[in-house]
Amino acid sequence: MATFSFELVSPERLVYSGQVTEVIVPGTEGEFGVMAGHAPFISTISAGILTIKGDGAEKRLFVRGGFAEANPQGLTVLAEQATPVESFDRAALQQLIKDAQEDVSDARTDEGRQKAERNLADLQQVAMILDLNAGQTAH
Amino acid sequence: MPSLKDLKNRIASVKATQKITKAMQMVAAAKLRRAQVAAEAARPYAERMESVLGNIASGMVQSSDTPLLLAGTGKDEKHLLLVCTSERGLCGAFNTSIIRAVRERASQLIAQGKDVKFFCVGRKGYDQLRRIYPGQIVELVDLRSVRTLGFTNAHDIAEKVIDRFNKGEFDVCTLFYSHFKSVISQIPTAQQIIPATFPEKAAGESAVYDYEPEESEILADLLPRNVAVQVFRALLENQASFYGSQMSAMDNATRNAGDMIKKQTLIYNRTRQAMITKELIEIISGAEAL
Repeated sequence: MATFSFELVSPERLVYSGQVTEVIVPGTEGEFGVMAGHAPFISTISAGILTIKGDGAEKRLFVRGGFAEANPQGLTVLAEQATPVESFDRAALQQLIKDAQEDVSDARTDEGRQKAERNLADLQQVAMILDLNAGQTAH
Repeated sequence: MPSLKDLKNRIASVKATQKITKAMQMVAAAKLRRAQVAAEAARPYAERMESVLGNIASGMVQSSDTPLLLAGTGKDEKHLLLVCTSERGLCGAFNTSIIRAVRERASQLIAQGKDVKFFCVGRKGYDQLRRIYPGQIVELVDLRSVRTLGFTNAHDIAEKVIDRFNKGEFDVCTLFYSHFKSVISQIPTAQQIIPATFPEKAAGESAVYDYEPEESEILADLLPRNVAVQVFRALLENQASFYGSQMSAMDNATRNAGDMIKKQTLIYNRTRQAMITKELIEIISGAEAL
């Protein structure tokens, strides 16, 4: 399968860089997969799980806030936070959810509330996925 | 004329100081390396951010619904100077040179009849500015308790700045920090972050992108983020500069202490010999008198 270069960058450091066959990105308007030869494309991302395929074992990372840029050279994802799912702290996620809930109640404008609510929903979905996984590995 | 004991004490105290400065120099060198790596690791993010935003911004038509963070308020009356300095001293001219750049800009603006306010990050800059411009400092962010700088620190600062911007407290925000060029050279830098500015890029290299969601929505999402990224970069550069500056300052101090010890030891030995000679003369002249 054709590969393309993929970079995942957080403000602190370059988290991942390598040749991959497919990356699934949690975009603001829904998840999307990127494969080699994708059309030039920019999308913002929401909180969610990013999946990297084709470079050894499938890798899953929790990402939050930022954007993805696909161009002929490859795909770059700039995320405010990028943590591998395995080392992702559940307490940190709970804290994020709590913050998001506060944001919802603090929001002054309708637009702000909508945004905060969506963020909260995204985070809760991540928590659900993680719970599911934990259940599967336990069995 | 100081006694031998006084001289001995003085030498001992200089030696103790030298040990401290030597240790501080080595600690600064170790931390500098880490800070430098962090500053370099953060560079790709800031660069990508800038290029993508520049791409979108250059393609946008200026209209009334252009985000204010990009277009500005259309006025140039109230200025906010975001001053990043260190929390600790003993770092040579690091803070002083940043403050000098700030003062130059501030007096320029004041001479033009503009309204100038300060937002301080770091205790040292606050202490100096408080004396010169009392009552014009709107906020102080203390990073003393922060062990390793994270993006969240910068995010918090950016949020406060944007909050004030949205309330209409200022029109233009300029960020002051020290750019880390090398261990011996740090350059105080001023960068306008609100309204956002982008370096002119070569024409014709931009691909035609699809945007999801709309360009304007992406801009609205990314512009506040960009402020945070710029602040984060400034903080990291500052930290590397701080350790670089501290290292060379402590290197100088250690060398000065060495010189001083040499000089004091010379005086000590001379005094000691003079005393011996004096005592010998006394004995000899005593013997002759018999």
